[in-house]
Amino acid sequence: MENTESVPPRSLRVEEKESVVVRFCGDSGDGMQLTGTEFSRSAALEGNDLATFPDFPAEIRAPAGTLPGVSGYQVHFASTDIFTPGDEPDVLVAMNPAALRMNVKDLKVGGILMVNTGAFSSQNLQKAGYKASPLGDGSLSAYQLIQLDISKLVVEALADSGLSSKDTLRAKNFYALGLMFWLYNRPIEQEIDSIRKKFGKRPDLADGNVKAFKSGYFYGETTELFTSTYKVKAARLEPGTYRNITGNEAASLGFVAAAKLSGMKLFLGSYPITPASDILHNLSTYRHFGVVTAQAEDEIAAAGMAIGATYAGCIGLTSTSGPGLALKGEILGLAVMTELPLIVIDVQRGGPSTGLPTKTEQADLMQAIFGRNSESPLAVLATRTPADCFDCALEAVRIATKYMVPVLYMTDGYIANGSEPWLLPKIEDLKTIPVQFRTEPEGFLPYLRDPETLARPWAIPGTPGLEHRVGGLEKENVTGNVSYDPYNHELMVRIREEKVQRIARDIPPTEIFGDPEGEILLIGWGGTYGSIREATNAMRARGQKVSHVHLRWLNPLPSDLEGIMRRFKHVVVPELNLGQLRMMLRARTLIDVKGVNKIQGKPFKISELIKRVGAVVRGEPDPGAIPVEANKRATLDSTTDAG
Amino acid sequence: MSEAIQKALATRKTNGESRPALTRKDFVSDQEIRWCPGCGDYSILAQVQKIMPELGVAREDTVFVSGIGCAARFPYYMNTYGFHGIHGRAPAIATGIKAARPELQVWVATGDGDGLSIGGNHLIHALRRNVDLKILLFNNRIYGLTKGQYSPTSEFGKKTKSTPLGSVDHPFNPASVALGAEATFVARAIDTDAKHLQEVVKRAASHKGGAFVEIFQNCNVFNDDAFAYFTDKAVKTDRTLYLEHGKPMLYAGGKKGIGLDPHGLRPFVVDVKSDEDLKQVLVHDESVESPGLAFLLSRLDQPEFPIPLGVLRNVQKSTYDSLIDEQGKRAIAQRGDKATLKELLYSGDIWKVE
Repeated sequence: MENTESVPPRSLRVEEKESVVVRFCGDSGDGMQLTGTEFSRSAALEGNDLATFPDFPAEIRAPAGTLPGVSGYQVHFASTDIFTPGDEPDVLVAMNPAALRMNVKDLKVGGILMVNTGAFSSQNLQKAGYKASPLGDGSLSAYQLIQLDISKLVVEALADSGLSSKDTLRAKNFYALGLMFWLYNRPIEQEIDSIRKKFGKRPDLADGNVKAFKSGYFYGETTELFTSTYKVKAARLEPGTYRNITGNEAASLGFVAAAKLSGMKLFLGSYPITPASDILHNLSTYRHFGVVTAQAEDEIAAAGMAIGATYAGCIGLTSTSGPGLALKGEILGLAVMTELPLIVIDVQRGGPSTGLPTKTEQADLMQAIFGRNSESPLAVLATRTPADCFDCALEAVRIATKYMVPVLYMTDGYIANGSEPWLLPKIEDLKTIPVQFRTEPEGFLPYLRDPETLARPWAIPGTPGLEHRVGGLEKENVTGNVSYDPYNHELMVRIREEKVQRIARDIPPTEIFGDPEGEILLIGWGGTYGSIREATNAMRARGQKVSHVHLRWLNPLPSDLEGIMRRFKHVVVPELNLGQLRMMLRARTLIDVKGVNKIQGKPFKISELIKRVGAVVRGEPDPGAIPVEANKRATLDSTTDAG
Repeated sequence: MSEAIQKALATRKTNGESRPALTRKDFVSDQEIRWCPGCGDYSILAQVQKIMPELGVAREDTVFVSGIGCAARFPYYMNTYGFHGIHGRAPAIATGIKAARPELQVWVATGDGDGLSIGGNHLIHALRRNVDLKILLFNNRIYGLTKGQYSPTSEFGKKTKSTPLGSVDHPFNPASVALGAEATFVARAIDTDAKHLQEVVKRAASHKGGAFVEIFQNCNVFNDDAFAYFTDKAVKTDRTLYLEHGKPMLYAGGKKGIGLDPHGLRPFVVDVKSDEDLKQVLVHDESVESPGLAFLLSRLDQPEFPIPLGVLRNVQKSTYDSLIDEQGKRAIAQRGDKATLKELLYSGDIWKVE
């Protein structure tokens, strides 16, 4: 091409990579979540497989520049099938000293470390706990350190934009994003459209951020910061249409789809709580699907509204996290007693009490299964990945309405906020969910049961001749009259339990990844799926006889599970709690199940799992567990991951 | 209404048209009543059953919801749809029913402990939202079902099983609470005044919006004669004020009335001896937008004043359930054609892999 005016592009080597992990980190106000989301989106559009891990503080804006204020977003994108956001970043973008200090020890040796020197003031260094700047003292020599004064570069780039200095500096994240786009050879057009859409109402901000983004991109192109750029080819994903989706989005879509497939109205009663609020936000945008959402005065009212709507003939749903689940317990008991198909979403977070609102954990399992007064069984299922939240929603509604039983749908903060490409189901493959309300008055009795499922009839207000009363007092089987008869009570307690156990008839045979028998069986549930699967893969690649079973249903457990467990020498349950599933499996099978447990608000690393599972089956002390020592402080610097 | 509900109710219309007129008996369920003999609840139940046929609402479209307590057994005795919930949560459950199915008439039967103590939050928010619920609060100023502890409406210093030295809790006034929560309809009645109770409940039923009725109810076992100081035959005329919209606030056989100082802050008793005196007597206006007058009335008490009964406030405001319904219908009218599974799933950032 003849064009003497422009500088010919430098002929840089384009290195092909199979998989890359990038982590953006900065202050809560630096826009790292947005940057991460945008970068993931572009990876998805490139056809990469991807997994993300947003990790942010509970405070909206913790004091600027401090360690607790650091917000991060990790993206793993690859041309191969991947299951986790990756153990160690290949690239770390740190917008300030606190972000550097919190994250640098995770960076792969030899990895790219890009820092915004503009934020390395002595005040910020002090806030991050650095005595001297780590940029000049050689402490970062293990990495390819790239120092950029992004703050200054943005100010220069946007000098004529007319934006305030505050708005100008806020565009730093798009500058960094632009540079990353250049480094990974990403087309910029779609991103520019996306930025314009994001700032649609403020054309001046849209222009400014687009300019910052382009400036970052061109900075990469015209300077010699890097010796090569990288390309991650599209993954060989199964053919079809894909959509990048978070767990909370997929759950919302799943329940709307379930309503559509059953001809039912979806009613959500909810109270804002991290990390579940996005489900309330999402569902409130589907009013044109007939969805009704109500923001209640508290968690109890949210569940109360949902059970009222269920009684009235809707799919009644209430979404929450652990503390809210505790408050809803009594309403759940009422749903057990009245045998109404109420559905509760628990997006688990670190606890107890308020705990770690924005961090992930799996410690609500016992609360889910047993956390109500008396014998109060309900069905419990757990999602394993963001996209799986969709399938589980359909399953929850199908089972709840078929058995007339409340269902507890568990996800966690990691799944809820993490994203992955979702192979969209073909519409014609989605099965209708048959729901039938009782209409025939002849022979109607409120607790006369289907002999197969033990379900009682669902008779909704408005149906003539079926007027009846339900409630929290024990009911006589068949008639539904209030009854304090001792034998009736035991019969009802056993029926309610049996009804939940019969759901096992609907659970397909358990899938075993790996061989059906061998040395080690790893059993997981929920969001640990990816880490356990990749750890299993890696251990098998080393010739170990390891298999993986990941449970969807936790109550009831699949009927073939015990048999599978008995075919392995060791059964290990990695969980982000102190061993709740392990306790249950031991109690139900009397098998000596072992556990690998982490309670740090973070997912397992693959390398960590491999090491810890190995130690546990050899009977050695678990190298990853934080030892209990009175008056010792476990901190960032004093603790290292087992991985 | 969803497809599934429409299908279930498809045959209903024809059923409805051929049905004979309802009587009180049609609303009496086959359940054995388990209240104590002599309980004020019997009268309330009888009056409600009596007026139900006059409301023109089909039995199957009527739902009674309750929480826990003596009053909360109410739904079992009504031959309608009924949901006996858990302690204090009836307004929330009822809100869910009404928001999901605005065509139903939804009642809440509650008590002073259920509605004002453990369920106080739900009660005020249901009233604030103006959910079209008919809330009957049986106030007996005591916990009956748990056998006699003081309630949030028990008088200060009351000696009960849980307060042998006397309660140090200051009570609150249910009607004032409801007015503070901006309830659009607030009324009062006495369990034993059958005719007036029927009238008040009928008015509540016909109000479009959240209706709150405080019913003074005698618990003859744990708090007998709690309201005798104004309900006893011997003193009732002198100590109660039956409010009527547009009429002067007269009591004691028309010999006394309620006046208000020129600043509108202090009520006083007017001895009505002449037409001139009558001019000083306030004329009741239940429809004033500001709840101020109704609040002032709710505060009148013995020994200085008579206890006002009847409708204190009755104003119109859009209801929560109808607003939800209208929003939904508008959304469907605007974007209903996009409410397909294809549109739902195949949107956002999607891409194809061949």
